[in-house]
Amino acid sequence: MTLLLATLYQILQMLLVLALAPLLTGWVRLVKARLVGRQGPSVLQPFRDLLRLLRKEVVLARNASWLFRSVPYMMFTAIWLAAGLVPVFTTQLALAPTADLIALIALLGSARFFLALAGMDTGTSFGGIGSSREMMIAALAEPAMLMIVFSVAILVRSTSLAEIADFMMAGAVGLRISLALALIALVMVAIAENARIPIDNPATHLELTMVHEAMVLEYSGRHLALVEAASMLKLLLYMALIACVFAPWGMATAGSGVAAALGGMLVFVAKLAVGGTLLALFETSIAKMRVFRVGEFLGGALLLSLLGAIFLYVSRGV
Amino acid sequence: MSDLGYDAAHMLGAVVLLMSFALLYQRRLFSLLNVFTMQALALTATAAWQAYSHGEPHLYITALLTLVLKAILIPVALHRIVVKMKIHRTIEPALGIGLTMVAGVSLVTLSILLVLPVTADATALTRENLALSLSVVLLGLLMMISRRNAVSQVVGFMSIENGLILAAVGVAGMPLVVEMSVAFSVMVAFIIFGIFLFHIRERFDTLDMQKIESFRGESD
Repeated sequence: MTLLLATLYQILQMLLVLALAPLLTGWVRLVKARLVGRQGPSVLQPFRDLLRLLRKEVVLARNASWLFRSVPYMMFTAIWLAAGLVPVFTTQLALAPTADLIALIALLGSARFFLALAGMDTGTSFGGIGSSREMMIAALAEPAMLMIVFSVAILVRSTSLAEIADFMMAGAVGLRISLALALIALVMVAIAENARIPIDNPATHLELTMVHEAMVLEYSGRHLALVEAASMLKLLLYMALIACVFAPWGMATAGSGVAAALGGMLVFVAKLAVGGTLLALFETSIAKMRVFRVGEFLGGALLLSLLGAIFLYVSRGV
Repeated sequence: MSDLGYDAAHMLGAVVLLMSFALLYQRRLFSLLNVFTMQALALTATAAWQAYSHGEPHLYITALLTLVLKAILIPVALHRIVVKMKIHRTIEPALGIGLTMVAGVSLVTLSILLVLPVTADATALTRENLALSLSVVLLGLLMMISRRNAVSQVVGFMSIENGLILAAVGVAGMPLVVEMSVAFSVMVAFIIFGIFLFHIRERFDTLDMQKIESFRGESD
């Protein structure tokens, strides 16, 4: 019975993240538009964009290989799976034993690896520049991410997301320096990974600064729809991850009923709305960074996460 | 198990330390002054919290002194100096920011390694507070070393003093006289700094220490 329920929850979660991801992106865009005094498109606009792209014909470069064609599917699957692993409304998921933070990073890393390969596959100069910049960002963001994982894992003594959420909800750990530093570093990494404003701005096509957009420039039709959907899922994933590790309150735990799970869903939507608003506020109040300063930004994230791990040894109880 | 007094003190101390790192990260003088104000505000909150949670009313005076001197008077005065000397557009070519941050983290590690064995039998709060404040002091020194502009060196000096106050409020039983004398000596130092800045400016036409060094015949 428990297994059945867990499987049901798992399927529900996979569908939920898929449905909520475009809504979240639409919400961020709407809030941003309102903040700068524009009307802004409806929250449903990303859905319409994706559907429009799905209906369109795929145009391929003459020298595009099988890799180029298969990358959108691989990337989408990896990120969807990763988003399904993060507990969002209940910790009682069928895949919870595999929902490991390190597995999550590996999934995201392989998605990024394939996208960078695809960027170089057609041999255009933009694709190459995008891939090389993406790899520069990755080389700094991934160690930072791993250090954050290590700090949290040392504190909780587990890298399983469900266990981390349970531990944090139990309130056994108060305000900790290490957690605060890890949170700041994770937010910085999330901003860089999702190509948000100080690092990258996917809404423009300015060759001086574009990173993500340069890699996917050659995609069209359903391939582009998958790539876009994957990046929307990735934004949702990072927000869910931050919510799961640092603010898991409201989530249903093992043993609580279906009502708690439904409540958890509502709380999760509320958390996303708050997170999206904060992100939009942050993005409208800051200017785009030069590409060469990205190293400093992410180096800062790496150092903060390192500091968090160091402080674990001063604080009480570890 | 979780204990709010400890956690909040811990957190506020961390905010002060974090602001030290933010100081190292800034490139423009105005944002430097803003971050310095934030650090002073965090320090005020720390002192007030310690006064409240340990029931030591004299720490409220420390908090008040910090608020008035560090968060209002000195930033406003420095702000005016920067405007008056027309150096508010200065973007400081510091010793590469990334390198400075690496040095900063190593200094924090060093201070933790130093404090842990020395204070083996003290309470967790004291140990942490000492580690944090020693880090803030060392980061202030690093700031003075790595910056070329005299105004940011003054800010570095002031943040060293923030570290001292942080140590003073964390250790139980620090007499008020010590804190008062530290606060006033900083005030005096600040006045002297102000006068010196104007003199340096008048004499050499710049506040960039690297250019001034050449007058001593140290570099060519």
